[in-house]
Amino acid sequence: MRSAILASLACASLLIGGVWIGQNVNLLPTDASINAPVYDELFKVLFTIGTILFVGMAGLVVYSLIQFRRKPGELGDGLPIEGNLSLEIFWTAVPAIVVLFVGIYSYDIYDRMGGMQPLHHEMHRHETSNVQERIWGGIGSGTVERTEEIQTDTLPIEVIAQQFAFLFHYPKGDILSGELHVPTNQPVSMRMESKDVIHAFWVPEFRLKQDVIPGQPTILNFTPTKPGRYPIICAELCGPYHGGMRSSVVVESAEDYQDWFKKNSKDTILDS
Amino acid sequence: MTIALPPNDQESPRELQPKGWLRYFSFSLDHKVIGLQYLVCGFIFYLIGGALASAIRVELASPVSDFMARDVYNQVLTLHGTIMIFLWIVPVVNGAFGNYLIPFYVGARDMAFPRLNAVAFWLIPPAGLMLISSYFITGAAQSGWTAYPPLSITTPEAGQIIWILSVLLLGGSSIFGGINFIATILKLRRPGLQLMQLPMYCWAMLGTSILVVLSTPVLAGTLVLLSFDIVAHTGFFNPVLGGNVIVYQHLFWFYSHPAVYIMVLPAFGLVSEILPVHSRKPLFGYATMVYSIMAIVVLGLVVWAHHMFTSGTPPWMRLFFTIATSFIAVPTGIKFFNWVATLWGGRISLNSAVLFSCGFIINFVLGGITGVALAQVPFDVHVHDTYFVVAHFHYIVYGGSVFVIFSSIYHWYPKFTGRMLNENIGRFHFLITFIGFNLCFLPQHWLGLNGMPRRVAEYDPQFTFINQISSVGALLMALSTLPFLWNVIHSAFKGPLAGDNPWRALTPEWLTSSPPPVENWTGQAPLVIEPYGYGKEHKEQINETTANTNSEKKNQ
Repeated sequence: MRSAILASLACASLLIGGVWIGQNVNLLPTDASINAPVYDELFKVLFTIGTILFVGMAGLVVYSLIQFRRKPGELGDGLPIEGNLSLEIFWTAVPAIVVLFVGIYSYDIYDRMGGMQPLHHEMHRHETSNVQERIWGGIGSGTVERTEEIQTDTLPIEVIAQQFAFLFHYPKGDILSGELHVPTNQPVSMRMESKDVIHAFWVPEFRLKQDVIPGQPTILNFTPTKPGRYPIICAELCGPYHGGMRSSVVVESAEDYQDWFKKNSKDTILDS
Repeated sequence: MTIALPPNDQESPRELQPKGWLRYFSFSLDHKVIGLQYLVCGFIFYLIGGALASAIRVELASPVSDFMARDVYNQVLTLHGTIMIFLWIVPVVNGAFGNYLIPFYVGARDMAFPRLNAVAFWLIPPAGLMLISSYFITGAAQSGWTAYPPLSITTPEAGQIIWILSVLLLGGSSIFGGINFIATILKLRRPGLQLMQLPMYCWAMLGTSILVVLSTPVLAGTLVLLSFDIVAHTGFFNPVLGGNVIVYQHLFWFYSHPAVYIMVLPAFGLVSEILPVHSRKPLFGYATMVYSIMAIVVLGLVVWAHHMFTSGTPPWMRLFFTIATSFIAVPTGIKFFNWVATLWGGRISLNSAVLFSCGFIINFVLGGITGVALAQVPFDVHVHDTYFVVAHFHYIVYGGSVFVIFSSIYHWYPKFTGRMLNENIGRFHFLITFIGFNLCFLPQHWLGLNGMPRRVAEYDPQFTFINQISSVGALLMALSTLPFLWNVIHSAFKGPLAGDNPWRALTPEWLTSSPPPVENWTGQAPLVIEPYGYGKEHKEQINETTANTNSEKKNQ
C-alpha cells in the first residue's frame, strides 16, 4: 500500500516536472519568422514528452540497480518470471499511442507551416516556360498564421549558392547582394540554385533550412517577423571553407527596407 | 552437416593450423580465432578513429580554424566517420561477437563456411590500411563518410577513389559475414534445438544479416557508379552532365540507414545475453523481443529518406518517412521495457558488464527520443545537419553500440582468455567513460538548436564555451581508454583464473572450458533449450548434467 502511494507520487511528480521543464526551459534562439513560434510549440511538446520518458526510464534503471542489487553473501537467483502478456500489450500500446499523437500533431504543425501546399511560383514562372521543372522544398509558406498586418504580395528573391558564398538577386530592381535584406511581415519566396556542389540555406532564428542543389532549383518561403540581423549558415558540407560560408539576413521595417532598396536598385534610378 | 560430426582426434585437418599465439596472425578457420581477430583488429582501428576524434575536438576548442588546415580537417572527419563505422562498430558487433558466439549458440563446431569466414576477416586489414595510408600518400577523401556528389566528384580524386575501394572491400566482407550467419543460424542448429529456443543474440544476428544482405549490395553498386563518375567522367550523379545528385542520396541512405540497425541490433542481442546472467532472471518477454527485432528489420528498410528532409523530397515523401520512422520507436521501446523488466526483481551484480549495459540503456533512450523528434519533418528542417544530429547519432552509436561492446568484453573476457578482468578498474573505466561521453555529447544538442552546423572547422564565437566543455568530455573519453587497455593486457597474463563458468551462466558457450577447445566441445554439444532458465532449480540441474558430457568420454 505504502509503495503504491510512493509510486503514484513519483509518477505524478514526473509528469508535473516534465511539463514544467518543457514549458519553462528554453533551448532555442529568438523566433523571427511566422513559422518559428509554430516550431517552438512543437518543440515544447516533444521536449515535454522526451523529458518524461527519459527521466522515467533512467529512473527505473537506476532504481532497479539500487533496489535489486545483489547483497554480499546472496547467491540465489531472482524470480523466474519469463514475461507478462498484459504488460507487453501495455508497453506496446502506450508508445504506439504516443508516437501516433506525435505524428498527427507534427503533421498539423507541418501543415500550418505550409508544408502541404502545392508549390506555385508565379514569380519565377517566366523562366520555366519550356521545361516542366522539378521544384522541391517549400516549407514555410503557411497561410493559417497570416494576420491582417501581413501583406499578401510576395517578395521574390533568387539565391545563387557557390563555394563559398550566397548571392541574393532581387529581380525587382535587379539588385545583386551578398547580404539578404527583407522587410518584416512580407512573405518572401526564394528560388535557390547552386552553381557547384550542394549547399544548404539555414537561418536558425527562422527555424528553416533547405538544401541548395546544383541542377535542380529548390524553393524556400518564409515571412520574417522580428527586425534584426540573423546569421545565414551553410549547413551542408561543401568543401574546405564550409565553416566560413556564412552571411546575414537583415530583417528591417518596411521603411528601412525601402531605403535600402532605393539605394541599391538599378530600376529606380531609371524611374526617377 | 559435416561440421556437426564428432571430430577425428588424430588426423584432424585442424592440426595443419598454427597453434599458440601465432594462430591469431594466420588464415585460421576456427570461428573463435576469427572472432578475436575481428575484435582486436577492430579495437586498433577504434584507437585510430578515436585519435582522429580527439584531433577534431582540439580543433573545435577554439572558434577559428587554427589546429589544422581546413582540407585536412575534412579529411580527418571523413576518416573518423568511415573508420568508426566500417572498421570498428560493424566488424566488432557483427564479426567479432557473432563469430565467437553464434556457433556455440546453435550448437555447431564452427560457422557454415569457415573459409569464407576467414576471407571476410582478412579483407578488413588491407582495406583499413589502404584507407588510412591514403591520408599520407595522396590525401584522404574530403567529402565526409556520406560522400555526397558533386562534392565527392570535385574533391581530389585519388583519395576519393581509395575511399570507395576500401568501403567496397569492407562491404564485401560484411556481405560474406551476413551470408555465413544466416546459413549458420538456419542450417547448423543442433538437432532438437528449435528456433524459438535460441539465445536472443542469434535472432539479432539473423535480423542484422538479412539487412546486410539486402542493403549492402545497393551501397556497393552506388559507389561503383560514383567511381565511374570520378574516373571515367560518366554522368550518373554529375549535374553538369545531366546527372541527378538526389538519386545518389536515396541509394546511399537505402544502405546507410539500415547500417544504423546493423550497428545496434547486434548490440541489442548482446545486452539480452548479458542482463539475464547478471540479474539472475530469465529474459523478460522472449517472444516479443524476437518479434520486435523482426519489426525493426522490416521498418528499418523503409525509412531511409528521413535523412533527406531538407534536400529534394516532395511533401508526400516527407510525410511517409516521418510516420514510418516514428513507428520504429514502438518495437525499440518494447525491447527497452523488457530489459528493465528483466532487471526488476533480480539479484543484480553491479559489475562492469552490467554498468556498461545499463549505461547503454540510459544513453540509447535519450538517443531514441531525439531520434523520434528528428523524424518529424517540421522539427528536422531546423536541426538537420547540425550538432543536434551529431549528438543524436553519437548517443546511438557510441552511447549505444560502443557501451555494449565494452560491456560484452567485460562479460566474455573470462571465456576468451580463461582469466578474470579487474572489476575495480572496470567500474572506474565505466565511470569516466559515462561522464566523459555525456559531457562531450549532451551539450551538443544545445549547439545544434542554436545554430552550429556539423562538419565545420570554425564557428560562431558565442559557442566557444560549450564547445570547450564538449572537448573536455572528449579528453575524458580518450583517457578512459588507458585503464581499460591496462586491464585487458595485464589480466591476460596476471588475472585470476576464471574457471569454466565464472558467472554461473546457462547459455551454451559457458558449458565448455574457458578458453574453449578447437571444436568447442570435446564431446557432443549440449542441448540448451532454456538459455535463460534462471531461478528454476530443476532446470539448472538438467543443464549441469548436459555440461558434464564434456568431461566424460569423448566421441559419443
